[in-house]
Amino acid sequence: MPETEVNPTHSKSTGLPRKRFYRARAHSNPLSDSHFPVPISPSHVDYSLHYPQFFPSAGQANNSKKIQFADIGCGFGGLLISLSTLFPETLMIGMELRDKVTEYVKERILALRVANPGQYQNVSVVRTNSMKYIPNYFEKAQLTKMFFLFPDPHFKEKNHRRRVISPHLLDEYAYALEVGGIIYTITDVEELGEWMKSCLENHPMFEALSEKELEADPVVKLLSSATEEGQKVARNGGQTFPAIFRRIVPSDQTP
Amino acid sequence: MEEREEATKDVEVAPALIAVHPHQRSVAVAIGPDLRVFDLHASAAVSLVDDSGGPFHSDSIRAARFGAKGKLFVSAGDDKIVKIWSTEFWRCFCTVSSEKRVCAVAISIDGSYVCFADKFGVVWIVDLTGYDGNQPLGDKKATAILSHYCSIITRLEFSPDGRFIVSADRDFKIRVTVFSKRPLNGAHEIQSFCLGHTEFVSCLAFVHGQDCPQDFLLSGSGDSTVRLWDISSGALLDTCEVSIKAGLLESSGEAQENDHAITDLCTVLDSLLVAVAVQSLQGIVLVSCNHSARTLSVAKVVPFAGEAFVPIGLGYCPSEGILWMITGASSLPRSSCPSLARVRVISGFDVEQEPAVVEDDKVPGGEKLLETLQGTVSVNGNVFLEAAEAVKTAMCNLLIKKQYPAENRDFRKRTRNDRKFKP
Repeated sequence: MPETEVNPTHSKSTGLPRKRFYRARAHSNPLSDSHFPVPISPSHVDYSLHYPQFFPSAGQANNSKKIQFADIGCGFGGLLISLSTLFPETLMIGMELRDKVTEYVKERILALRVANPGQYQNVSVVRTNSMKYIPNYFEKAQLTKMFFLFPDPHFKEKNHRRRVISPHLLDEYAYALEVGGIIYTITDVEELGEWMKSCLENHPMFEALSEKELEADPVVKLLSSATEEGQKVARNGGQTFPAIFRRIVPSDQTP
Repeated sequence: MEEREEATKDVEVAPALIAVHPHQRSVAVAIGPDLRVFDLHASAAVSLVDDSGGPFHSDSIRAARFGAKGKLFVSAGDDKIVKIWSTEFWRCFCTVSSEKRVCAVAISIDGSYVCFADKFGVVWIVDLTGYDGNQPLGDKKATAILSHYCSIITRLEFSPDGRFIVSADRDFKIRVTVFSKRPLNGAHEIQSFCLGHTEFVSCLAFVHGQDCPQDFLLSGSGDSTVRLWDISSGALLDTCEVSIKAGLLESSGEAQENDHAITDLCTVLDSLLVAVAVQSLQGIVLVSCNHSARTLSVAKVVPFAGEAFVPIGLGYCPSEGILWMITGASSLPRSSCPSLARVRVISGFDVEQEPAVVEDDKVPGGEKLLETLQGTVSVNGNVFLEAAEAVKTAMCNLLIKKQYPAENRDFRKRTRNDRKFKP
């Protein structure tokens, strides 16, 4: 029996992977030593592996296209899938620490590419610890959007340093984002929502988007509607707390 | 495997450190909790005075260095205290406590700030602005300015123009951060990351060119290379595979991969040469740095004849043209002598001469200096090889990630649903 024909972890009707084979723990320790491969520098990221249609052969230098959106802790990849068709020419990547979840997203993208020829070629996923290895994947000012959707709240004060939005980690996000690039955060935990907002407000390299700008941005609506976590919150009638900020030049730099 | 487990249970061996005053007024050696200073002008051991009211070091000192002008000296380590000394009369005027163990220190070029890094990757700053070092400063609090996410920071360095603070870590990374005019508000703006090393970064040094104003950064690593960087862009300019080029690796196989980690480096002769200390090497590798061509190449190896001496720390005095070297360790297991230190010097870096190791009686300060810094004049070579070996093991345990065999990892993942049906 050829392996590719019948994949027992995939749904027979849609060909998509079934989540029940990819259940993982909700939490992963971001402090532990990593044993997955990490590119030495952004130039070592193999784009042909992630986006074979855009980069037909390995080590192709003439295509200067670079990843512009990063979904940090992409989970099961709902947002990426929606963004993929909304921005078909933009390369985007999901970063997820949990091995099984990454595997699911990978299968999901492959299945979607098969089912919809020509589509979903601009989206990929990688297993990594984004709290440690952002600089290994992205050059300075490479990204235009970064997403931190429904991150692990880490309630205990002792564990606050494990939060993915923290004053010192924002330095690295500001490095990877271009000036004018946008950082999207959302959570259903009020305490964490306040924490993320105050971290961003107090950082000299970020400023909040105005109400008008938020209304005009089509991505904002996707934050709660497209993600699995967001749908779960909506199902339970919960509240969400978004914080959306723009990367700016720090004020002591402007003449 | 078992042997390794055992080694980690031992008390942590701390390498001996050496720091040389920029105008060679004094030389300091830190070994375990001991700080030994010899004043070369007075030709006498210095007795340290503590005005700060804080305790003296009670655990291994992990970082000790002079400021660029030589007025300040900082020591810090496993006891989580940072002591700031005025070198004029060797008074400690400020003791700062840290939440975690301290593993690196740096003093800003103008001497206004002291920075230190802890084992959890956070860099802290102590403000000394406007302070002249004559009276005790009392309680000072440190402020966190930047962080490497939970990675051990191995070195901190200020760029010679004072614009950047450079931090290196065990995760192969060097971060270059803009050191703002108001550093107490944090160092948020990252200028670049210097990425290319494939093991922990163990040491940093700046090279300044004579003709061009640009300073380049040098780094040494557990991957046995010394690399040259342009810090404004983070670009890797050149890589020098020191252990291969110096002929240290010709016969050894894969098993000894980590045998030739770079332990320290410093620039000599107006940055034309770089002295490099390599693990297990009884000698010093001299790498020449061509600033205009932006290249590095091994110039020669200065071997140490007659005595088993593996340098693990270096210090250079530009005004005298002398390279100071140290080997030794504290808290040595299975040894009659718990802490050992041995100091040697190389002189003759001028172009006409061959650099050579100086005999003990010709060392500046003579035997008196050696007695102060080493604790004894007589030396037995073999114990130092043992000490160097212990330092090497300690360094590996601390900075190299543990590798678990593939079978072990697969065994733990055997119940994974998504893998069940796949070949």
